[in-house]
Amino acid sequence: MAFRAAVITFPGSNCDRDMAVALEKVAGTAPLRVWHGDAALPDRLDLIALPGGFSYGDYLRSGAMAAQSPVMRAVVEAAGRGVPVLGVCNGFQVLTEAGLLPGALMRNAGQTFICRTVPLVVENAQSLFTAGYAAGQQIRIPVAHHDGNYFADADTLDRLEGEGRVAFRYVDTCNGSQRDIAGVLNMAGNVLGMMPHPERAVEDDHGGTDGRALFEAAVRQLA
Amino acid sequence: MKVRVHVSLKPGVLDPQGRAVHHALEGLGFAGVQDVRVGRLIELDVADDTTDAALDEMCRRLLANMVIENYRIEKAEQV
Repeated sequence: MAFRAAVITFPGSNCDRDMAVALEKVAGTAPLRVWHGDAALPDRLDLIALPGGFSYGDYLRSGAMAAQSPVMRAVVEAAGRGVPVLGVCNGFQVLTEAGLLPGALMRNAGQTFICRTVPLVVENAQSLFTAGYAAGQQIRIPVAHHDGNYFADADTLDRLEGEGRVAFRYVDTCNGSQRDIAGVLNMAGNVLGMMPHPERAVEDDHGGTDGRALFEAAVRQLA
Repeated sequence: MKVRVHVSLKPGVLDPQGRAVHHALEGLGFAGVQDVRVGRLIELDVADDTTDAALDEMCRRLLANMVIENYRIEKAEQV
């Protein structure tokens, strides 16, 4: 069956098209596009993607307003049923604000917006989204964010590490994130949030294709 | 009823913004500034019969992020 994904667009999302293009390139079918005000999601979704951007102008806190939008109630409900959810950059911020992932993303420790390609180490290569990599593999993925400084209390961080829920880590300290965490999984493993942008590394013209394996793994396992 | 919600970072949570402001104050020549923490003040005008429990819930569910922030509610008579 054709891969059936949805990309959610919030007011201020700006990577929704990139996400849709990446998904279409890998899956062969264009994802459905869903607006933040939609109270229901299309049925039978294989994957829900929350893109990067500056939803609601980052009012209050990054992702805080988007987390309250009508569609997010449906996303939380779908995630609870086990539907895979990928949140990238602002999408990660929205997932933490919606309570689907632990922790919070604060202002970068150096105060500056960071926009460059960084090396990541794949910590967990057995999840739905990371099975296309080898554990310990280094990949290069672009980051572009002002609020990527991952924070959780020490107990939560210990639990995440103990349960293999740190998906990716920055090789070099990037934004001040606790334990250099770049991406985390929920307990069930069907929700991944990450600050780096895999959808910006799927074609040679992007300068690298290390993000492609993430989408390929998801499509291979879900289609 | 006027309500002020003061949102501040929890102790121990690094405040890069506060640190930058601290450096800027020192750059202006103000000596003796020990620490700077930047928070947020939210002013609400709510129905007089709004309960404390409802105000608490507003803070917990939206106005503050309980992972990193604390809040303090200040009601009109105290303002």
